[in-house]
Amino acid sequence: MTLTVEGLSYAYGAKQALDGVTFQAPPGRFTALLGPNGAGKTTLFGLFAGLLRPGAGTISVAGHPMGRAALARMGIVFQQPTLDLDLTVTQNLRYAAALRGIAGRDAGRRIDQALDRLAMRERAAEKVRALNGGHRRRTEIARALLHEPSVLLCDEPTVGLDAASRSAITEHVHALATEGLAVLWATHLTDEVREGDHLLILHRGRLLADGPVAEVTAGAPLSDHFLSVTGAAA
Amino acid sequence: MKAALIALRAVVAREALRFIHQRERFVAALVRPLVWLLVFAAGFRAALGLSITPPYQTYITYETYIVPGLLGMILLFNGMQSSLSLVYDREMGSMKVLLTAPLPRWWLLMSKLLGSTAISILQCYAFLAIAALFGIDFAPWGYLAILPALVLAGLMLGALGLALSSFIKQLENFAGVMNFVIFPMFFLSSALYPLWKMAESSRLLHDICAANPFTHAVELIRFALYLDFNPLALLWTLLATLAFGALALWGYDPARGMKRAR
Repeated sequence: MTLTVEGLSYAYGAKQALDGVTFQAPPGRFTALLGPNGAGKTTLFGLFAGLLRPGAGTISVAGHPMGRAALARMGIVFQQPTLDLDLTVTQNLRYAAALRGIAGRDAGRRIDQALDRLAMRERAAEKVRALNGGHRRRTEIARALLHEPSVLLCDEPTVGLDAASRSAITEHVHALATEGLAVLWATHLTDEVREGDHLLILHRGRLLADGPVAEVTAGAPLSDHFLSVTGAAA
Repeated sequence: MKAALIALRAVVAREALRFIHQRERFVAALVRPLVWLLVFAAGFRAALGLSITPPYQTYITYETYIVPGLLGMILLFNGMQSSLSLVYDREMGSMKVLLTAPLPRWWLLMSKLLGSTAISILQCYAFLAIAALFGIDFAPWGYLAILPALVLAGLMLGALGLALSSFIKQLENFAGVMNFVIFPMFFLSSALYPLWKMAESSRLLHDICAANPFTHAVELIRFALYLDFNPLALLWTLLATLAFGALALWGYDPARGMKRAR
């Protein structure tokens, strides 16, 4: 299993943000982590990234417990933009590659490959400031793929994008999953989840559902099901 | 090991690139000490009589006296400014990119420190070059001898900025820190007046100045400029660098720093 989370809990002081969360994200699968605002999605990503330390529970990536070996196998796309606006797409990617010890011709080859995968090659020399929101996001996804991670973690990467960019990015990342990557995609938008995806529903720090979409919804439209479980639990 | 060096080089290069993109910052960083040197010092020249104390062996003008202090000022402002950029970075999220690199956190933070120190030192030499054009110059070897002192002082002040940035949640709070850190640190030091002058006014102020690590950083630079060595200043500056560095590392510990920073 690529990403394994077991009994994960985290509290901000007295406020429990995550409470005994357990799930797995297998390779070649798009695992959608669906949850309303405040469900604990971003806290979960803070724990994955090592920016927070769990109160209880464990995370492991490709068999490695949280730490440098696990980080080296993760590609993370954060909710907030993290690109340097004054640098070009390539400069941003070179910087990220170097932080992972990749430089020179090898970095150039990987950057070309990653940009190709996201159909961003022709933007390589542009300054990030000149890109629209959708292309900036694609650059961040390309950046997360440079070191060929085993799991791609995306924290609401479509926030603030128009409908066309949103669907294009969702499409791209679904394609990455079919190529064999394990993808964990946090969102509060049900239309980003496809029939064949694996679905996790997170609400108030607890996991309410874990299974293939059709199984979880029992044939009902996902948006109705999502509203009914998060509404009822509220 | 190789990966760590590649990362170090990239972080330093990124600092340099950011600096090149902000030319106003370079000019501002030079104008500030030059105003002090060419205006303030000229005005105070007559008011402040200086006696001959080490490392000086002859009477010097006030302009000459404050050059090491103004080099310290450049390092101080830059150390704080780079931590300002860290607060900004963290708000922008790019600090997350740095901290999720699979390298030890102390190495990543130190790379950042080295990058900002390198930029500060370039500014110090640009300032010295302009000062020399105005006739305020030093022995040629002095320019070389201050390099290690500038590096250490730059690391110390950068580490202080880094530590502060880990405790500051937002940019707005930073203005307060500038007032409560930069000004006291600068004025309660030997940058603008020798400590014995301060002792004539107030014993307490003198003692505070003598304990201020910035005083020792400035003295380390001052002595080096005259190819002299001040072991006490070196010891103080080293200890302060280690203390501020440890504080910064603690501030960026995931078990607490980033939690508060959210």
